[in-house]
Amino acid sequence: MSDSHAAVHSPDHHPELRHHFMTMEQQQNTASLGMWLFLVTEVMFFGGMFCAYLVYRLKYFNDFAAASQSIAVGWGAFNTAVLLVSSWTMAMAVRCAQLGKQKLLIVFLLFTMLFGSAFLGVKAKEYHDKFVEHHVPGADFSFTEKLLGHPDYVVNQYHAQMFFSIYFAMTGMHALHMVIGLGLMAYLVVATARGKFSTAYYTPVENIGLYWHFVDVVWIYLFPLLYLISRK
Amino acid sequence: MATAVLPPQQRTNYLNAEHGVKSWLLTVDHKRIAILYMLSITFFFFIGGIYALLIRLELLTPAGDLVQADTYNRLFTGHGIVMVFFFLIPVVPAILGNFLVPLMIGAKDLAFPRINLLSWYLYVIAGALMLHVIITGGVDTGWTFYTPYSTAFASPKVIEAGLAAFINGFSSIFTGLNFIVTIHRMRAPGMTWSRLPLFIWAHYATSLVMVLGTPVIAITLVLLVLERVFHLGIFDPKLGGDPLLFQHLFWFYSHPAVYIMILPSMGIISELIACFSRKRIFGFNFVALSSVAIAVLGFLVWAHHMFVAGMSVYAALIFSFLTFFIGVPSAIKVFNWTATMYKGSVTYETPMLYAFGFLGLFTIGGLTGLFLATLGVDIHVTDTYFVVAHFHYVMVGGVVMAYLGGLHFWWPKITGRMYPESMGKLAALIGFVGFNLTFFPQFILGYVGMPRRYYQYPPEFQVLNVLSTAGATILGIGYLFPLVYLLWSLRYGEVAGDNPWNAAGLEWKTSSPPPTFNFDVDPVVDFEAYNYDELKEIPVER
Ligand SMILES: [Cu+2]
Repeated sequence: MSDSHAAVHSPDHHPELRHHFMTMEQQQNTASLGMWLFLVTEVMFFGGMFCAYLVYRLKYFNDFAAASQSIAVGWGAFNTAVLLVSSWTMAMAVRCAQLGKQKLLIVFLLFTMLFGSAFLGVKAKEYHDKFVEHHVPGADFSFTEKLLGHPDYVVNQYHAQMFFSIYFAMTGMHALHMVIGLGLMAYLVVATARGKFSTAYYTPVENIGLYWHFVDVVWIYLFPLLYLISRK
Repeated sequence: MATAVLPPQQRTNYLNAEHGVKSWLLTVDHKRIAILYMLSITFFFFIGGIYALLIRLELLTPAGDLVQADTYNRLFTGHGIVMVFFFLIPVVPAILGNFLVPLMIGAKDLAFPRINLLSWYLYVIAGALMLHVIITGGVDTGWTFYTPYSTAFASPKVIEAGLAAFINGFSSIFTGLNFIVTIHRMRAPGMTWSRLPLFIWAHYATSLVMVLGTPVIAITLVLLVLERVFHLGIFDPKLGGDPLLFQHLFWFYSHPAVYIMILPSMGIISELIACFSRKRIFGFNFVALSSVAIAVLGFLVWAHHMFVAGMSVYAALIFSFLTFFIGVPSAIKVFNWTATMYKGSVTYETPMLYAFGFLGLFTIGGLTGLFLATLGVDIHVTDTYFVVAHFHYVMVGGVVMAYLGGLHFWWPKITGRMYPESMGKLAALIGFVGFNLTFFPQFILGYVGMPRRYYQYPPEFQVLNVLSTAGATILGIGYLFPLVYLLWSLRYGEVAGDNPWNAAGLEWKTSSPPPTFNFDVDPVVDFEAYNYDELKEIPVER
């Protein structure tokens, strides 16, 4: 539709310049502002869950601590490291796009996707463990672990279940964002291979990179809040 | 202008540039998308109106004769969900905002035209889902979806209705995001922030609320659905979850949503009053910044919906104070509009009549909001018809009046045709009378103790209820009438010309209807907003 009107611009305009912008710079700034604003909405979106987490953690601290201690912290730490590395490969991908190194761009994108998939694989394993341990909220839920250092404390089953409700809601929503991110990166790989990007136009790489860093940052908060409550 | 001699259909404009259903369903032109929204939102307005009609018919008599309790619960829930999510929230920004924001700032389109189209599709998908809920039995939770009723007891249809509101929320988020980016990045050369029309300022503030508030209701509805479907117990009292947390999260969005509804309407009123008083808006900067102040303060008052739900007396005091405080920027607007008319050359065309209607009704709606901000009074009238009357004065008396005023004002720009003026005036009058007859009795009913959301009532309330139902009938005529003559005007209306009101603003400097890219020559702005003193000499062209 809009592309059919490209003729209104001077013949030497960039093929990726859309009809309603004057310059590539304006288009780039516009897309970038749009992405930042979208991330603001994401902060508010996750914010609702962080708010719920805060309310119940303050209310049921000991039960939350006991439930938190039952999660495999090693795998969580491993995943944190994996995500941090993936953030670095993503940053390198954006750098390659800036410099016009298309082949290296594809390599870094593929590495980012690899680390992202590894994260999701570990997450699936953790979910599976919780399922086996009957730590998934619902009729089968049962929590028998003790609070570290307080063997006499009777952990409230309901409040522990509340912790896992929040755990699955937050990590699940985070994982969904990762899956979307992987899809977006698959698109970037295809688009790069087809020669869509150049040093004059790589806005999608930059914006999807921003998105990926955001998803990482969410995890940086989730990891200590969910895995590290009162661990010695 | 020379083009005015040609009938509108002979010039190339956004309406006749392309033909066929596909050219509409795949359009990325903000003006065409505005028309798509106009059709779909009008459709939902009449769905919500049918609900209102059934509610008023049931309340004609004290006994439950037309419907019984269960059906009645579904009626007011359907009315609320459809009117709030599918009419009031999108009506002004998605129709008039979509059409006018790029025109008013001198841009060719919104920043993200394809996302704009996506917004409309999300609205349609959400609307279709909601229609499915309606047809297959409806929900009875009230539009507020309060837990634990919605998560543990209500019909499973609540999942679908929640998803509909969720999807519709993303339509709203993307619209707001698009507006903010457009206003920042797409202004024509010379269109500085201080030259932006107040309609744009209002839409900027509205968009802030859409972008910051809507994600919170989105995640709240997700948690509600997760609780319902997967038994995650975030709000479940059985697990120690707190239903009040749901109410806090819900109102954290749904109070600011009131400003998503009213702020764009205030933007319309600024345009109308300036044009039909032939004056620059008095206190332009204050009116502009009061929109932003309302958007910010609007996030700090949500718990006034929960004064009787259980909260500390100190929290209640603070929320009560802040609710009073947010009356200040609204009052600034009303005072400045009034001051604009003072010694202006006021004329009484249809849009101005709607603006007058807005001023009166919004003032009553706003002031009764202060009654409700008062803790003692609020406890007396919570969940009574007083509250119902209050928010209908703001939303129907405010938003719908402003929307109709704006629709008449920009109708010649949108369609190239004038509406019939005498019929417009008559409809505005009918609407005003019908509105007051419908809702004023409800203030009294609520004050003397008639609770909302009941299908029966004691016989002594009947007289006021009959008045209200009679008023609703008149109001219905006041809404159907414009539908008829506006459609009539598409074919038989007088050809409008580019600027039938001799109004200021960039949207009047292009042809009517505008070409696909809005301006034949890229505009450069070298004038202030509302420069009516400079426009005085130009004769009105029709
Ligand atoms: Cu409120």
